Amino acid sequence: MSEIPADLRYTKSHEWMRTLPDGTIEIGITDHAQQSLGDLVFVEVPESGRKLAAGDTCAVVESVKAASDVYSPLAGEVAAGNPALATQPELINKDPYGSGWILRLKPLAGASAGGLDAAAYAAVAASGG
Amino acid sequence: MVDFGGWDMPVAYGSQIEEHHAVRRDAGMFDVSHMCTLDLRGAGVRPLLLRLLANDVGRLTAPGKALYTCMLRPEGGVIDDLIACFLDEKWFRLVVNAGTADKDIAWVKEHARQLGVAVVPRRDLAMVAVQGPFARAKAIPLLPESARAAAGRLGVFFGAAFDDWFVSRTGYTGEDGFEVALPTESAGEFWNALAAAGVARCGLGARDTLRLEAGMNLYGSDMDETVTPLESGLAWTVSFAGNRDFIGRQALERQRAGGPARKLTGLVLADRGVLRSHQKVFTAAGEGEVTSGSFSPTLERSIGFARVPAAAEGAVEVDIRGKRSPARLVRSLFVRRGKPVIES
Repeated sequence: MSEIPADLRYTKSHEWMRTLPDGTIEIGITDHAQQSLGDLVFVEVPESGRKLAAGDTCAVVESVKAASDVYSPLAGEVAAGNPALATQPELINKDPYGSGWILRLKPLAGASAGGLDAAAYAAVAASGG
Repeated sequence: MVDFGGWDMPVAYGSQIEEHHAVRRDAGMFDVSHMCTLDLRGAGVRPLLLRLLANDVGRLTAPGKALYTCMLRPEGGVIDDLIACFLDEKWFRLVVNAGTADKDIAWVKEHARQLGVAVVPRRDLAMVAVQGPFARAKAIPLLPESARAAAGRLGVFFGAAFDDWFVSRTGYTGEDGFEVALPTESAGEFWNALAAAGVARCGLGARDTLRLEAGMNLYGSDMDETVTPLESGLAWTVSFAGNRDFIGRQALERQRAGGPARKLTGLVLADRGVLRSHQKVFTAAGEGEVTSGSFSPTLERSIGFARVPAAAEGAVEVDIRGKRSPARLVRSLFVRRGKPVIES
């Protein structure tokens, strides 16, 4: 079974969101997502300053098996992409909710993390969605 | 788990990349019980295979010697690729792919009848491939006692039967090792003993990246009934020696005389990204297509095979998710016995 921390918010497309003390939102993919992708070999993270609308493709994660888009759960401006992933894509496999974060987003005024709570996401993951 | 030719098979037991490295550096094992063993028995078996197979079983004179070959349609298309092992003048053993087994059996039976050869699918056998530089050393003590000494002396591409067990020094990884066919009821115990001896359990994912690095074709991806061995990088497996009348010969001779329009060749991606089957390849000589592609854990970059116009060479571009990425056509052998062999 995959790990689903209770203090994060989630999307149906398997991203997680963490609100940092300065108000930026850290985004990554869930343990369930990394398990179904298998070993990651390349990650394309967005550059700082890029403006994203909710639902925009904000990153690409590519495993030995397949390439998948990562979607921005909310509108905002990219504060940072995780530079470590360029040389260590496997951080997403090893620590999906920690050092495997993908980007940090400065939310557009009025945009909030929203999304699903852990229990609701657990139901999505269990249904094989 | 994924469906593979009607069999439920694991893509990986843990990390696919670690499984891959285990085979290149030490020893790994694959449950390849989906591969179908066929016993062909009867005095007419050699004439039958001289007719059915594009490679020449006339070269198999030492008992236990095996060869890799295609079985062709009269038009030259590949019905399947398989290994044929000569055991005695009344007994050859074939190992064929899972997804093609039913049509293979029907095709072989159709031709075997008039020669009085019995075709017996051995669904009672499981198969474990043990591969890697230390695979044989780890596997030999776990074979039945009567088999150990002889298995240790098996030459490359030789096999031998030991009662219900069959051990051959073959594989699909580019490493040394054995493929062991054994009664299904003994397979679990053998598997567990190998695991206890430090042999890593490996899934279909690692099997795919290992065979790709080793330059070995996958039936259904790299070739099928719509292409010939000459268009599939398999000209080396076709024996035109003498006047042997194998099925498909006339079609291949016509194609050879005119020069095949296409070829299958290796492909290395220059930058980040991963080659995948069906991506378009743009060459100076025209368009082609990736037939197999993945990430090479040994080379730490993406490699693949592509079917391209025969004149294509050198620098090409591949359409990866809508972007043209630079790549290079190379010989389709990337890693051999654990060592990279492509020029970088």
